[in-house]
Amino acid sequence: MSAASGTASDAPSVTRRGGTRPGALWWLAVPALLFFTVFGVLPLLGVVGLSFARWNGIGAITPGGLSAWRAVLGDPGLAHSIWVTFEIMAVSWLVQTPASILLGTFLAGPQRYRAFLAVLYVVPLLLSSAAIAVTWKALLDPNFGLGAGLGWDLLSQNWLGEGALAVGVVIFIVSWQFVPFHALIYQGGVRQIPRSLYEAAEIDGAGRVRQFFSITLPQLKYTVITSSTLMVVGSLTFFDLIFVLTAGGPGDATRVLAVEMYQTGFLGNQMGPASAIAVIIVFSGLVIAQVLRRLGGRDPSASELEGM
Amino acid sequence: MSTTTRTPTPSDTVASPRGPERPAGRRRSLLRSNWLGGLAGWVWMLVVMVPVYWIVISSFKTQSNFFASNPMLPPDEWSLDSYRLVIESDFVRYFANSVVVTAGAIVPAVLMSFMASYAIVRGGDNRFLRLSNSVFLMGLAIPLQAVIIPVYLIIIRMRMYDTLGGMILPSIAFAIPLSVLVLSNFIRDVPRELFESMRLDGASEWTTMWRLAFPLTRPALVTVTIYNALITWNNFLLPLILTQDPEKRTLPLALWSFQGQYGVNVPAVLASVVLTTLPILVFYAIGRRQLLSGLTAGFGK
Repeated sequence: MSAASGTASDAPSVTRRGGTRPGALWWLAVPALLFFTVFGVLPLLGVVGLSFARWNGIGAITPGGLSAWRAVLGDPGLAHSIWVTFEIMAVSWLVQTPASILLGTFLAGPQRYRAFLAVLYVVPLLLSSAAIAVTWKALLDPNFGLGAGLGWDLLSQNWLGEGALAVGVVIFIVSWQFVPFHALIYQGGVRQIPRSLYEAAEIDGAGRVRQFFSITLPQLKYTVITSSTLMVVGSLTFFDLIFVLTAGGPGDATRVLAVEMYQTGFLGNQMGPASAIAVIIVFSGLVIAQVLRRLGGRDPSASELEGM
Repeated sequence: MSTTTRTPTPSDTVASPRGPERPAGRRRSLLRSNWLGGLAGWVWMLVVMVPVYWIVISSFKTQSNFFASNPMLPPDEWSLDSYRLVIESDFVRYFANSVVVTAGAIVPAVLMSFMASYAIVRGGDNRFLRLSNSVFLMGLAIPLQAVIIPVYLIIIRMRMYDTLGGMILPSIAFAIPLSVLVLSNFIRDVPRELFESMRLDGASEWTTMWRLAFPLTRPALVTVTIYNALITWNNFLLPLILTQDPEKRTLPLALWSFQGQYGVNVPAVLASVVLTTLPILVFYAIGRRQLLSGLTAGFGK
């Protein structure tokens, strides 16, 4: 079939059209589209469908009407999961964003040692969430962990055994894992800020702090939106880390939506309600992403002129 | 070869797709007094490296030495007991499973994504290709966690539960959207004249794709390969949901079960963490730039 698309070397009428022959290439996209349709698009429709069905994960799937939704929405456990999810989302955003902006601005400098530090920062990004959870669980163990070994009482608390502490630990580990990623995004953003802005500010006598708040931060507006979207939407799907670290515990203190979905579906054998929770996860993500996009305005090119 | 494309390749710089502007004028002012950033930079290095250091030294301690010694000091005698124990616990099998799943998913995913990207960029105004492109863009917003139940259903119905293939197929699918985004942006930057001259030489689109576009896209291909390999290698959810048989486990899931199995034998748990991470670190040492640009691909603005 490829031979058919070869043309004679003297065909000026075709060259004039910029080298495109509509339709001749469409089949090249078929394998990728097929794969993604079967394992991405169909499951997305399927999860909505399954939320209106009864299925225990093994047997036959029967229509269930609204029963799954009624069960999920009437369950106080769901409200709690939503609360925990949004608590972790909000606090980890509050922790990660200033830290990432600060580190990103720092990394954007041209010094060699900063590039070296960046190499080290990325190590947590390379580890699987399972490995990170296993490590921190050992590190924070009240009897065998670092705190006990050093004999520091402050460090040897029952970190994962008390609800409020466990939530704090999850937020800390999430930041440990993802701050470097967002710092790299901010590093890219800072490097794109026109130098002339800083030169003008310097002539006007603005100090470093003033420059940061009057130039760097406003210029990073769209980077903040991008990074926040990834952070917030990503936190809706936290599963591996929390599942290995606490399995949602102690009690239900860290049972976020994704863990609740797993436990309802794969441990409780109620795939209908679990699918309903999955729909809530997808829907929340889309809504939040849209809201953040609105907040950021529609014209990303405007940022170049801001403050000039 | 890539210099002919005239565009900055993602490998130029760590995170900036436009290429680094390292203004000499700012150097002075940045050096002057960003003490807060400097402090944060060094503090963060400690926050990252102290646990990493602790993992490595502790994994070389014997179990009794671990409880008796200062946790921040290296062992008096470096012991390989923990590593021996982990390797004897079927580690090699899990490692092989991870290699099969990662390679089996990434090679087809990247090739298919490349072909699709080529078609999307070079196929002109075609309704099917526009539709494909929007499906892939929409796909960026579908999290695997949220659709895992139907994926599980599909894999059971395909009778692929408890097989490595069952983990490979969804991994391929979820590697495609970002790969297409990155690759098609890259192919778009190849100058038109190069395609023209290929065609004037009588090359078919198929030949042009493999002989011209493929080598020119190499930096981006390396980026998406490394990035997707990392994601697949570290995937925990797919083996958790799609396997039951311990012989089909991949490393992240094995790590979880090691933790239950070894319990208070902390050095063994940490040795298994080191062993599962080692291949990634080797990869990172080889392809650091490509990996970093992959991690932040598409989020430049």
